[in-house]
Amino acid sequence: MTTEKIYNFMGLRKIAAALSIALLLISIASLAINGLKFGLDFTGGSLIEVGYQQEPDLNGIRDKLQGAGYDDAVVQTFGSPVDILIRMGVAHDPKLGDHVLETLQSGETQELTLRRNEFVGAQVGEELREQGGLGMLLALFMVMVYVAFRFQLKFSIASVAALAHDVLIVLGFFSLFQFDFDLTVLAAILAVIGYSLNDTIVVSDRIRENFRKLRKGDALEIMNVSLSQTLGRTLVTSLTTLLVLVALAVFGGEMIFGFAVALLVGVCVGTYSSIYVAANVLILMGLSKEDLIPQEKPEGEEVDEMP
Amino acid sequence: MLNKNPLWKNALIVLVLLIGCIYAAPNLYPDDYAVQLSGTREANIVNQPLLDQVKQELQQANISVKGDELTDKGGLIRFEDGRAQLEAKEIISRTLGDNYVVALNLAPTTPEWLRSLGAGPMKLGLDLRGGVHFLLEVDMVSAVAQRLDVYVSEIKTKLRTEKLRYRSVDHREDGSLELKFSTADVRDQAETLLRKDYTEFLVNSEDKDGAFYINVNLAESQIREIEDYAIKQNLTTLRNRVNELGVAEPLVQRQGRNRIVVQLPGIQDAAAAKRIIGKTANLEFRLEATTDASRATTETYPFRDQSRDATLEKDIIITGASVSNAQSSFDENGQPQVNISLDAKGGQMMNRTTRNAIKRRMAVLFVEHKNRTLYETVDGEQVAKRVPYVEKRIISLATIQSVLGASFRITGLDSATESSELALLLRAGALAAPIYFVEERTVGPSLGEQNISQGMLSVQIGFALVLLFMVAYYRVFGLLANIALTFNLVLLLAVMSIMSATLTLPGIAGIVLTVGMAVDANVLIFSRIREELKNGLPTQSAISAGFDRAFSTIFDANITTLLAAVILFAMGSGPVKGFAITLSVGIITSMFTAILVTRMLVNLTYGGRALKKLSI
Repeated sequence: MTTEKIYNFMGLRKIAAALSIALLLISIASLAINGLKFGLDFTGGSLIEVGYQQEPDLNGIRDKLQGAGYDDAVVQTFGSPVDILIRMGVAHDPKLGDHVLETLQSGETQELTLRRNEFVGAQVGEELREQGGLGMLLALFMVMVYVAFRFQLKFSIASVAALAHDVLIVLGFFSLFQFDFDLTVLAAILAVIGYSLNDTIVVSDRIRENFRKLRKGDALEIMNVSLSQTLGRTLVTSLTTLLVLVALAVFGGEMIFGFAVALLVGVCVGTYSSIYVAANVLILMGLSKEDLIPQEKPEGEEVDEMP
Repeated sequence: MLNKNPLWKNALIVLVLLIGCIYAAPNLYPDDYAVQLSGTREANIVNQPLLDQVKQELQQANISVKGDELTDKGGLIRFEDGRAQLEAKEIISRTLGDNYVVALNLAPTTPEWLRSLGAGPMKLGLDLRGGVHFLLEVDMVSAVAQRLDVYVSEIKTKLRTEKLRYRSVDHREDGSLELKFSTADVRDQAETLLRKDYTEFLVNSEDKDGAFYINVNLAESQIREIEDYAIKQNLTTLRNRVNELGVAEPLVQRQGRNRIVVQLPGIQDAAAAKRIIGKTANLEFRLEATTDASRATTETYPFRDQSRDATLEKDIIITGASVSNAQSSFDENGQPQVNISLDAKGGQMMNRTTRNAIKRRMAVLFVEHKNRTLYETVDGEQVAKRVPYVEKRIISLATIQSVLGASFRITGLDSATESSELALLLRAGALAAPIYFVEERTVGPSLGEQNISQGMLSVQIGFALVLLFMVAYYRVFGLLANIALTFNLVLLLAVMSIMSATLTLPGIAGIVLTVGMAVDANVLIFSRIREELKNGLPTQSAISAGFDRAFSTIFDANITTLLAAVILFAMGSGPVKGFAITLSVGIITSMFTAILVTRMLVNLTYGGRALKKLSI
């Protein structure tokens, strides 16, 4: 038997369940009330990024744009005070970027540069939104099938529950704090699915192993042993991943910031969920030795043969 | 013996790593910004004296030249940065004039011996390099409508030659044709004729309100064919236009059923590019109607300056499709003009028509498909609705002095810019169906440079942090894992380069994430070894058991992450695909380095000798 310290993780499972449910409720409520602040990729419209040399007056810019007839222009800084981002809902006009630049340049002593000019048609935005949602569901489904095939149906349900938990909370976070939700954030959420799954699988793998190996002890004890054994690895991997993500968030620039934030939140929640959510769901579904024993022989052989 | 790799295994791993190093190496040699020169005609040869002349001009303008060379395609001049390249292009264009094509290019700097192995650097995406990305939608409804119009006149001619009297042949809004007859007998004969001659039609007859009708619909397969044709034709035309713009490594590609992606890296004047790419201009040549012509055979169009109208015959002599070459120049009075050469068939048509029309006037009609956007409120939401319309304006109406042949000129253009753009559009060919911009992304070069430097900085810092942590936490084993991690980055770059994948900003983010997650496999192995040691296994057995037991976990965990990455690739568009590629490749290379390379290093360090303690 292992001499490692066994933490009583499952002793806290009711509190953890309450915390998860609370976080989920907040997320769902925020999504229902505030919704997501979809970025240009999903709403359609125009976006222009203009570089100033000295910090400009935002209200002055707004007035100038209104004077030029761009009534719906939203003006904000982007990353640094000299980078100005302008969003509009207007239909495509190939000269829009140049017009806006001209408008802002007039009466300005410093030279402005057009850094970025994007237009996404309303229909394209809608398609991207649909595709993104579909992609997420497909990813969850494929994972469920793979885990059911490699492990067992209860594990499959538990890992998908953990994933859905993570995705919902990241979405809730973006909704609550009204961060821009664009294509890169969607990519980050799919990466969160991948990451959180990675964690959950490692834990599930150990739970399965211990259910077969340990002759004594009830399900809760086996969970505790398994979680304690994988705790070191879970924390170290989360830490290295968080390290690089912090580097990305701090040094990667504004265009990738939302991506880094989504992953930061996702990795934290994913780490927590692989410890508590998946294990909790397994307990709730009454995972027992019988669930794993019929498969023990072929599975065991297969694992042993691996190099 | 325990923890000893056979020699062949080590040799194989080292070989893979070596190949990785070779194919990743070209990324150390970034492409030079360059300008490519070539003659428009055989007679205009690019030679050393010409390059020297160009270099002299550039020197006067204070632009430093990094190098120049003669290639089989012409001449190549390299510059230090993108700004110099753009300034130089303008100066060179001005110096050399119309006789040479001056195009922006990227020249490889990879050493010859690497290139001979087929190694080259990764391509940079638009977000890192600056450039324009367009998504264009082909208007399929009007592509089909255009074809139906052709059918209408064909059917009319056919019925007339067969002496079957019809009351009307109309192209209806819903995309079907309606033929109206006075008697059932004639209608039935016409129906038999149509069924025989047009197998692609779905024909049915109908009697209503005392008249006799035939309804003609196109089969679904036929509509698909028309759409495919329209897309292919538009792709060809767009490629021609893009080539005329002189951009290095442009991309023109079909996406989905009715869309086309156009990517122009490094282009500065996005507005000009859009004007030329999106234009659906065509020309029609028609005779002016004689005063006694019947109203049914004529149409009236305004002049471009709206000053007056002219009545023209409905029959078109030729369209822009018959133009084989067009060059802009100036006439005797310094007015812009376009010299046009027609293909053989067009020349014949022109000749035949003008022979009987000396002293009559011929009009050049400028046809443009445009659309205006209307906003409608549907269910409380503002919905943009595109309404396409065709604008036809007369640009010149001149008396035919003599029989025209395959080459002539047109005048009446507003400016030199317009004449050169019209010439370009005529050369490149017309679009088979109108196109609309549904997505546009322009990234300025300064933002591109900033994205690269910030992305690289975060890779370096993230990488350094992980290396430090691993050494601090796992000591010697951490060091070995770090070597493996470094090789992982090299292999990742090598695979990306071999695939000639495009590196984007999200792609860099994927690399950063890979660095963080790739150590996971090592962490799994090392914590398993620690566990086995605690369980009392001897050191060598613990190492072996650690690697073996962790394998299936690593495999399952990575396969599922790969699954998510592949879905991301399949569903994602543009930049997201870049992220999915680096993530997927990173997962695969990390499995190789974390398991095989680390194992080899651990075996070389610790294998096959008695050990009391492990530095883990």
